[in-house]
Amino acid sequence: MASAPSAQLQPQADGSLRLALYGDWRQPLANEVGRQLLLKVDRLREGSAVQLDGHGLMAWGSALLVLLRQLEENAARRQLALDWQGMPDGVGRLMALAHHNPEPDNGEPGHKGQLQRIGLRVIDRWRNFETVAVFIGDLLLALGRVMAGKGRIRLKDVTEQMELAGPKALGIVSLLSLLMGMILAFVGAIQLENFGATIYVASLVGFGMAREMAAMLTGIIMAGRTGAAYAAQLGSMEANEEIDALRTMGLPPMEFLVVPRVLALMLMMPLLTLYSIAVGIVGGALVCWLMFDITLTQYMSQLTETVALRHFLIGTFKGVLFALIVGVVGCMTGMASGRSASAVGAATTRAVVVSIVAIICCDALVTLITTVMGV
Amino acid sequence: MEAHLTVDNLTMSYGQTLIQRDLSFAIGRGEIFTIMGGSGCGKSTLLRHMIGLLKPKVGRILFGHDDLWQLNPAGRGELQRRCGIAYQSGALLSSMTVAENVALPLEQFSSHRPAEIRELVELKLALVGLAPYADRYPSQLSGGQKKRAALARALALDPEYLFFDEPSAGLDPLSSRNLDDLILQLRDSLGSTVVIVTHELPSIFAIADRGVLLDATTKTQIAIGNPHELLAHDPDERVQQFLRRGQPVTHGESA
Ligand SMILES: Nc1ncnc2c1ncn2[C@@H]1O[C@H](COP(=O)(O)OP(=O)(O)OP(=O)(O)O)[C@@H](O)[C@H]1O
Ligand SMILES: [Mg+2]
Repeated sequence: MASAPSAQLQPQADGSLRLALYGDWRQPLANEVGRQLLLKVDRLREGSAVQLDGHGLMAWGSALLVLLRQLEENAARRQLALDWQGMPDGVGRLMALAHHNPEPDNGEPGHKGQLQRIGLRVIDRWRNFETVAVFIGDLLLALGRVMAGKGRIRLKDVTEQMELAGPKALGIVSLLSLLMGMILAFVGAIQLENFGATIYVASLVGFGMAREMAAMLTGIIMAGRTGAAYAAQLGSMEANEEIDALRTMGLPPMEFLVVPRVLALMLMMPLLTLYSIAVGIVGGALVCWLMFDITLTQYMSQLTETVALRHFLIGTFKGVLFALIVGVVGCMTGMASGRSASAVGAATTRAVVVSIVAIICCDALVTLITTVMGV
Repeated sequence: MEAHLTVDNLTMSYGQTLIQRDLSFAIGRGEIFTIMGGSGCGKSTLLRHMIGLLKPKVGRILFGHDDLWQLNPAGRGELQRRCGIAYQSGALLSSMTVAENVALPLEQFSSHRPAEIRELVELKLALVGLAPYADRYPSQLSGGQKKRAALARALALDPEYLFFDEPSAGLDPLSSRNLDDLILQLRDSLGSTVVIVTHELPSIFAIADRGVLLDATTKTQIAIGNPHELLAHDPDERVQQFLRRGQPVTHGESA
């Protein structure tokens, strides 16, 4: 049967102290005994000599080693002389291994003042802008090389990415666009009904979907779906040295990885946007027909009469713009992520958040400009 | 000896953290050169400097007479294409099968026809003992198999320079010996210059013509030369400890 851990501190005839350890030091109680012992040792006179005696130890584990390390630290601080002779062999060997550590050395200058910290933050932000600008510049150059037929790019990669960014996203775009069209129709109809102008719901849905909602909706869906995927893919490739390997193989990651993805998105997103407009209009028609007694013919003729083609073009143009945002942000955050699983996770989150913010800001800007220009 | 690859007065650091300083050595054409040192002393970092992935704080890397960082990016890319590199973690492209990985450099940079490429890929995979695994994805391979696949990819273009980061770590003794043989054969047949990061003593003594030993405490090179000669003649205790697996006092009889 194992006996409880205990420790005794006995004065010896020659004025030194004997610290004897007994019992099973793997028991949970060991921690408490250790704490008590450390307190006692702290009260010893400076410069005392202490002999450790472990002959009474029955079993020991990491708890004992932790205690001994603390004891050693305290002893060094208070100039106690510890004598390890009486401890079991294994303890000494493990302690020696634990000693054998290089000094941590992070050359960062130690204390930073408040002002310095603010300054560093500002520099950091500025560098961020710089990297974004450099990335976009590089991307444009790479796109140019690819267009000129000189880039390192595989057609297969582009088609593969197009499939992922197009047909595979149809389901969710359909569902959300349909609902968006229905919501627009519903909200509009309730207000317009007051003026007996329910038929204008068709104009509202057509205009709203074509000019604003479809592009923004697809943009946000693609940011969450494809942008996040890009960030995760490129991030884990970076973590796995794959990007380095490509670089040293003479395949610039910008051409080989980023261009196919951005290109695929820029080709597919306008199509998705058009599709989303169409589905949204259908959603609106459904609501009108089922709840407000507007026939499909009435709805369509009202819509084609009042919503000009240019609104569809503006929506499609936004699709291209948002594709660029989602692609660039996704790829860039992925490639700039650190080399760890958590860094890849953080990069994915950042990709989605930054894309969505950028999409909405950009949308507001385009709307402002087009309104001022009167288109 | 004409230097094929020169590291001249190199200082490396990550941000403010110094990793190694004042490294200088030259590697001759067709030489097998090892970079040795304890874990974390900066061997992989040195390799990444030599292949142009990291820019030196101070000093130069010369391929023949060309200074890697005096070249424009295109020129640097040219140089890198003459190097075959097997990374410590393999760095296979995870979206492609093993065979596609090995074929990639051939497709991009050689004028072989697809059928020829397939045969070349089979050959390279057979050389590293991975022929049956050609159609697997990297995630379906063991650690050692990934290393060997990375090696096969590094060999794809019969490069002038070969860089291996711990090629035999994680391999059983027999595969490890086969790998040593392979490296010797490659050097003899292709005349490639081989730089290997390793701390496998048997393989260091078996194949290395020369090597440099890095030290983590002084943060610089502490020995350079043929490993056998270093073992026989170098008076530095740290060198002897490393080459004899000299162990700290605590590793006496087993407990
Ligand atoms: N990206 C990085 N940023 C900061 N420090 C790093 C980075 N990569 C490595 N280090 C540090 O640089 C030192 C050298 O790392 P390196 O990978 O070159 O070691 P190594 O000699 O190859 O070790 P091993 O034999 O274990 O592979 C280590 O102390 C490591 O912690
Ligand atoms: Mg390493």
